[in-house]
Amino acid sequence: MKTGSDTRKLGLLRGRANLDILARAVLPMVTILLAGGAWELVVRVNDLPPYILPSPSLVATTLVSDWPILWESLIVTLTTTFEGLLLAFIGGVGLAILFNQSRLVEYSFYPFAVILQVTPIVAIAPLLLIYLPQRAAVLACAWIVAFFPVLANTTLGLHSVDRNLGDLFQLYGASRWQILLRLKLPSALPYMLEGLKIAGGLSLIGAVVAEISAGSAGAGSGLAYRIAESGYRLNIPRMFAALFLLSVAGVVIFFVLSLFANLLLRRWHESATAPDV
Amino acid sequence: MFVRGATIVSLKQVGKSFANGTQALERLDLDVRAGDFVTLLGPSGCGKSTALRMIASLTQPSRGQVAWSGVRTAGDVGFVFQEPTLMPWATVEKNVALPLDLRGRRDEAVRRRVAEALERVGLAGFANAYPRELSGGMKMRVSIARALVTNAKVLLMDEPFAALDEITRFKLNNDLMALAHSLGMTVVFVTHSVFESVFLSSRIVVMTPRPGRVFRELQIDEASPRSDAFRTSAVYAEYCRRVSEALHAAMEAAP
Repeated sequence: MKTGSDTRKLGLLRGRANLDILARAVLPMVTILLAGGAWELVVRVNDLPPYILPSPSLVATTLVSDWPILWESLIVTLTTTFEGLLLAFIGGVGLAILFNQSRLVEYSFYPFAVILQVTPIVAIAPLLLIYLPQRAAVLACAWIVAFFPVLANTTLGLHSVDRNLGDLFQLYGASRWQILLRLKLPSALPYMLEGLKIAGGLSLIGAVVAEISAGSAGAGSGLAYRIAESGYRLNIPRMFAALFLLSVAGVVIFFVLSLFANLLLRRWHESATAPDV
Repeated sequence: MFVRGATIVSLKQVGKSFANGTQALERLDLDVRAGDFVTLLGPSGCGKSTALRMIASLTQPSRGQVAWSGVRTAGDVGFVFQEPTLMPWATVEKNVALPLDLRGRRDEAVRRRVAEALERVGLAGFANAYPRELSGGMKMRVSIARALVTNAKVLLMDEPFAALDEITRFKLNNDLMALAHSLGMTVVFVTHSVFESVFLSSRIVVMTPRPGRVFRELQIDEASPRSDAFRTSAVYAEYCRRVSEALHAAMEAAP
């Protein structure tokens, strides 16, 4: 009973989805380019010295000339960020499942998660650096900041299962395990991925805060240290270049995680599909 | 299998009170017999859906009992909700296969049964589509196919077409009627619509406002399946008049 009208509707929906994806990619780039152009213009028209405000072109030149140092630092920061994010995802989803399966566990441990979340990481970082080896302390900071959005979102998702679908699983005699795997986790997936997107940026922030607190020099130093170091030396162009790399890293992390979420949700979830109207 | 007319499930003096003090049902008696297309008709909140959920064991009666003839297993009851209630992350095929899948069955026979169920509801070409890609009426057909795939003894339908436009609703009414007739299905149907109840049912149970109980039962002694011509016939109009009168009387008889 598949009619030509149904097929056309399907094609139209998919066409609109592709247009939306294109608009989402192009529009932010155009806006950023315009903002950069305005910045360059302000610096040149006012003839501002680099130690006050370097132009985007000078920042770009510094980025190229200082690339070996900046690249090494970027890798250090990104490694911490991804390790923190991975642990945050595993920990956040695992805890959320535990909380969902046992109210007692939820009541007992959820307050700890909230305490960790509301206490500023800049206050926790120095303590962690006292009690843990530096590498572990930096990782712990990234994890602490990043795991809560995954936990909170996944918990919400696991509790937001369609009641009728729950009834249907009950009607057909589904086991607790089947309900978790076949109903609750897929229902929670959009929430989980949204939490992961937030956690990506937060993990980077956690890593940066911990690096600044650690204040170490040498081969193990991340981009945050480079920013602080450049500030002390009034090397403002490098400071901007490092900051630019951090921002780009944050955007790339967000973009990659959004793409990942889109790939998983594009066939069925509203958040990953083009609007109908 | 049940002999046509044999009682499959009985609600005996059933009452239901909720924790917030709401009394949904009181002394409800209802027999569902093999081959019946019985419709529960009544105002909003009179406990029609609660009665349906009790038959499906999704809620337990506070008083009285729901008695099944013989042993009831998972799959003996198919349920179609007011919303299509599909898993949006799964294809049409996987949605329809769910009741069998939950029993651990994923063989070729399952694929055949799913294909048959989809064929019956007119969605043979949509096995690999996702629910989001379907219209409201098509989603409801998937929901019906899922309820059919286990060869359920009783199909419970809770205002399944309430959210659809009138044309789609008529079409689905026709298809459901033809399906129920060809498969000899036993259906318990909940609706607010007098017209829908008369068109579909072999028996209409008119309920009182909350707390719901049976006010009157009316037989619709017209042969099935019924065609669109029935909708414009004088007989249909007369049945609708009688059912409407019963419904009004039930409202006035409310405590």
